[in-house]
Amino acid sequence: MSNTLRMDISPRVFKVFRRHLTVYRRNWKVSLSFNFFEPLLYLAAMGYGLGVYVQAIEGLTFIQFLAPALIASSAMFSSSYECTYGTFIRMEFQKTFQAMVATPVSMDEVSLGEILWGSFKSFLYGSVILFVILVLGLVASPWALLVPGVLLVSGLLFASLSMIWIGLFPNIDSFNYYFSLVITPLFLFSGVFFPLSGLPAIAQTLAWASPLLHVVNLTRGLVLGNVGMHLVWDFVWLVVVAAVLMPIAIHLMRRLVIR
Amino acid sequence: MDIITARNLVKEYNGLRAVNGINFSVHRQECFGILGPNGAGKTSTVRMMFGFSPITAGELHVLGLDVTHHAREIKARLGIVPQENNLDLDLKVLQNLLVYASFFNIPEREARARALEHLEFFGLSDKLDAKVDHLSGGMKRRLTIARALINNPEIVILDEPTTGLDPQARHTVWQRLRHLRSRGVTIILTTHYLEEAAQLCDRLIIMDHGDILDEGTPGELLERHVGAEVLEIGQGAAAADNLTKQFHNDIRGHLEVGDNLVLYPLNGRELLSRLQNLPQQFDHYLLRPATLEDVFLKLTGRGLKE
Ligand SMILES: Nc1ncnc2c1ncn2[C@@H]1O[C@H](COP(=O)(O)OP(=O)(O)OP(=O)(O)O)[C@@H](O)[C@H]1O
Ligand SMILES: [Mg+2]
Repeated sequence: MSNTLRMDISPRVFKVFRRHLTVYRRNWKVSLSFNFFEPLLYLAAMGYGLGVYVQAIEGLTFIQFLAPALIASSAMFSSSYECTYGTFIRMEFQKTFQAMVATPVSMDEVSLGEILWGSFKSFLYGSVILFVILVLGLVASPWALLVPGVLLVSGLLFASLSMIWIGLFPNIDSFNYYFSLVITPLFLFSGVFFPLSGLPAIAQTLAWASPLLHVVNLTRGLVLGNVGMHLVWDFVWLVVVAAVLMPIAIHLMRRLVIR
Repeated sequence: MDIITARNLVKEYNGLRAVNGINFSVHRQECFGILGPNGAGKTSTVRMMFGFSPITAGELHVLGLDVTHHAREIKARLGIVPQENNLDLDLKVLQNLLVYASFFNIPEREARARALEHLEFFGLSDKLDAKVDHLSGGMKRRLTIARALINNPEIVILDEPTTGLDPQARHTVWQRLRHLRSRGVTIILTTHYLEEAAQLCDRLIIMDHGDILDEGTPGELLERHVGAEVLEIGQGAAAADNLTKQFHNDIRGHLEVGDNLVLYPLNGRELLSRLQNLPQQFDHYLLRPATLEDVFLKLTGRGLKE
């Protein structure tokens, strides 16, 4: 009991990550095209469809405003799916974790491997969207090169959050609630579709607690070239919250699997 | 030196006691059996050996190391075949072994050579690229055992290796396990099958409700509790009192199993002919060699599979 807070992590965690990568290499084409399809739909429907009826926001056309935020939301969704459904299926139905912890791999490494994998998917899917909007001529600044780094950190954060949910509600049906009660509200109220400046002060304060808001601030700022100290604070916010959530996720997963 | 020692080993799950302060030791290079019915605590006991399940109290040393503090070193030298297959369904057969080998930091070349050798040994050479899901139950089990050998373990722990397999598949697994033991690997095996224990184990413990009821070689256990033969008397339970009183000098003990009466005779043939000359006749008489099942029945007062 005394060492519940101590993490048992070694470089073997990368072997866990490699296992996920090996599996992914077999079906990446299908997986990538699906994940990438949905944000494109948003871009087409909202950006080009709805956008026609929306007046300029902060001096930007609606699609210029929306596109960089979709990098952030796509990154959020990919790690959230991976580390709820994906992680749970591996743990509960395929017993992959049980197999791994019978080797010199520790449970903490299994969990951290999942988090790193979720982060990698955020990075991958977010970067693909970045590439698409680059091709569409919607990237205004070379600062956009820093976006993948932001995606990795936000991936760590959302992967950990998802696994904390598993630790608290280890049931595949509970993920519906996670998406409708946590992820969708974040998606709608983090400045992806409209600036928060129009909302009441209380809502703006609440939105500050949304991790996605900070990711959106960063991707939009970097893609459009509006950089400054405010972005540094957004980044620090993400790093600190990710660093707090990761050990909690690892602890809860250990409690769940090792009995 | 003993390769595994347990002292007053306890496992509790939220207050439920699954292993109740047991003591045992496993010798190097033997096949050690843990026999017991459902819920006896077999899986709980072996899971503690590789640190999957933290021990609640007592001591458990594997390879001279304390399981609580040296799980990683211990696991590097063990091979585990869990009760439920947990092959990686997202990977093909050969990949399953290669990825598993990577968790032991075995270099890729070496891993491939070993994997191919083990797949050959387990008759899976023509399935290298098959999906795990498409294998039969027996093949999955063999693959799981092959996977457990990838790190050339000093001890292999098998939790019910043949449950659910048909007799032929079971014999194949037994044959492979005997071969392993002849190469000097220590084997720990849990099972419900008394025949499996009798066929493979040098020594065994019989567990029930978290306790060890007895331990010894199969021969010792038979000798201690039953003797060489048993005589089954069909529908004899009703007459148990009379018969056991009448023949108390000729038997070492008896047990009522349902309606039948089982006697443990000193001389089976002689007792049988005397019984057959009694005025009262019974449904049937069966004189047969005693098995571990009889030992188990005697110790627990009930069958293994109920
Ligand atoms: N993870 C767990 N959480 C709570 N209780 C458990 C857990 N694992 C086992 N138990 C309980 O501990 C007891 C012993 O179970 P165990 O699995 O060790 O038995 P077993 O001898 O392996 O049985 P079987 O032959 O069915 O595999 C049972 O009462 C079981 O319900
Ligand atoms: Mg069991």
